[in-house]
Amino acid sequence: MAKVVIKDSPYNLKKAKILDVKTLTEKEKLFKLVFEDKTWLDFEPGQFIMVSLMGIGEIPVSICSSPLNRHYFEICVRAVGKVTNSLHKLKAGDIIGVRGPYGNGFPIKSLEGHDLLIIAGGLGIAPLRSLILYSIDNRRDFGEIHILFGCKTPGELLFEDEIEEWSKRLDIHFACTVDRADPDWKGNVGLITSLIPGVDIDPLRTYAAVVGPPVMYKFVIKELLAKGLPVDQILLSFERHMKCGMGKCGRCQIQNLYCCKDGPVFTFKEIMDMAEAL
Amino acid sequence: MKIEQYKLLEKSLLKDFINSLIPIANVYAPVSKGFNNYVFQNIKSADEVSIKYIPTIIPPKKFFLPKKENILQFFIEDELKVEPVTEYENLIIFGVHTCDIAGIKCLNMVLSDKPKDTAYLIRKKHVTIIGIECNDYCDEYASCSFVGAHMPTTGYDLMFTELSEYFIVHIHSSKGMDIIEKTDIFKDASIAQLEELKILRNNKMKIFNNEIPTERRYLPDLFDRSFNANVWKELEQKCLSCGNCTAVCPTCYCFDIKEEVDLTLKAGERYRVWFSCQLDPFAKVAGGHDFRKERSARQRHRFYRKFRYHIDRYGMVFCTGCGRCSRTCMAKINLKEVLTSLIRESEAKIWRKWL
Repeated sequence: MAKVVIKDSPYNLKKAKILDVKTLTEKEKLFKLVFEDKTWLDFEPGQFIMVSLMGIGEIPVSICSSPLNRHYFEICVRAVGKVTNSLHKLKAGDIIGVRGPYGNGFPIKSLEGHDLLIIAGGLGIAPLRSLILYSIDNRRDFGEIHILFGCKTPGELLFEDEIEEWSKRLDIHFACTVDRADPDWKGNVGLITSLIPGVDIDPLRTYAAVVGPPVMYKFVIKELLAKGLPVDQILLSFERHMKCGMGKCGRCQIQNLYCCKDGPVFTFKEIMDMAEAL
Repeated sequence: MKIEQYKLLEKSLLKDFINSLIPIANVYAPVSKGFNNYVFQNIKSADEVSIKYIPTIIPPKKFFLPKKENILQFFIEDELKVEPVTEYENLIIFGVHTCDIAGIKCLNMVLSDKPKDTAYLIRKKHVTIIGIECNDYCDEYASCSFVGAHMPTTGYDLMFTELSEYFIVHIHSSKGMDIIEKTDIFKDASIAQLEELKILRNNKMKIFNNEIPTERRYLPDLFDRSFNANVWKELEQKCLSCGNCTAVCPTCYCFDIKEEVDLTLKAGERYRVWFSCQLDPFAKVAGGHDFRKERSARQRHRFYRKFRYHIDRYGMVFCTGCGRCSRTCMAKINLKEVLTSLIRESEAKIWRKWL
């Protein structure tokens, strides 16, 4: 057996340095990253990268910063498994491996000129934050922007400072809800679906972007259809456990679609007849 | 059929030919393991080889996409260093049946699709494939004529076909030509032998008749209408979810990526290893949600990957008709039977559209 080093291997990693770690909640941390070779990550909102901790493993993570930010990129990670828990132990200055970006993000070109209805459940805010920041940076390219954000308890609210800022903006309609309130909570209480009937949108000129836990989609889509949104204007981003990110390993396959290559963002029209998708 | 592409080998000289390959490269050929089991194994002499064999336990995909393959080595001593690697060897696989060649063609299609799998392509470049044509069915599990893999078409360097007195050898690449030119035991073919080959192939069309009561071109339609068929629900009761069918399949290439650190904790390797859609953790995500929880859904996924999804993506049926999945299944799930009952069940719906 001859062994060779293949520099153009698609599994090659780029070294990324952690510039800053910010604790968002008990379980989620925000990592600010920059490539060691000073190149920047060229991506679209909604795309993901594969993050490696050598010796521990590799996981797909969505990028949550604005693609227009050339200084660094950010990922928001919840500690649930081996890799994510180890990632939470890292500090500024530590090095991790990154490859990507992979997948199709939100179709920015079709979104331009339309109203946006952004619906995030829990950690689903992470990929959507990229879209929100992008649309704020290019505010004039979009019509009305509605953001609906829901999570289980007020303690799990991510990006609190930014949310505060978005809710104060005059050009964004922002609403937030929690499933279970605590005594200090002054906002809405209820599932995210309870916010949808109240938003004032023109369904034909609105694109909805929905990201959340698997259980959320069915109910949100039902409400959006009741609002009159066309099926091809409902955008969903799916979670699967991608291993290669290149449409080979088969782990993320949804019938004939690969979530990593054809998605992770799909229109509802593409997947509405597919079992195993939602 | 161009006569220059064909050579003749006397039957008694086949062993000499195999022995002439051994100094050139590592030669792998089917070797009998008893109880009608065969394995592609490194041989030191032509005496070990079984010329007549039923498909081996594991197909030759193991040379192209090894069961476990290092893709990255890393060093974490002072500074992180990462090197993508691959391993290859010069090898000749002798005696590959046309079904397994079809399997290799399927893998080529997937792994040379963008982004290209460089490790696979490097390994493929160092493999020489010498095929042997089947003049009759290997056993009752084969369905190679249904998927069109019973005739040699492309994908090999040399193809041996047994005629009455000679082996006629089709030279299909310059790699194959080099091997022929290394020995002087081959003779030029004449028109008579080409005629005999033609007759043999025509005869084969009669011997290999369609094993499944439909035609290949109706597959997309059949599968489009059968997603909720009862056939899948019946498999729920039978399937044990052991993953044997996918391990032995020449076109199953799904894998997992894992890694190990060595004892010094300073270096390690990341590797990919065969995985199976039939196993429990395959379609699970972080929260514990499983997108294919039922065994019937997993079996259905396997069948759709063979006969439907990849037709859209790569324009090919990803079944080679080798019959390994049916031969190896502990619960006796038979691919030919499943397809036949699927056709029976959906006949009414489909005929209406065809007529």
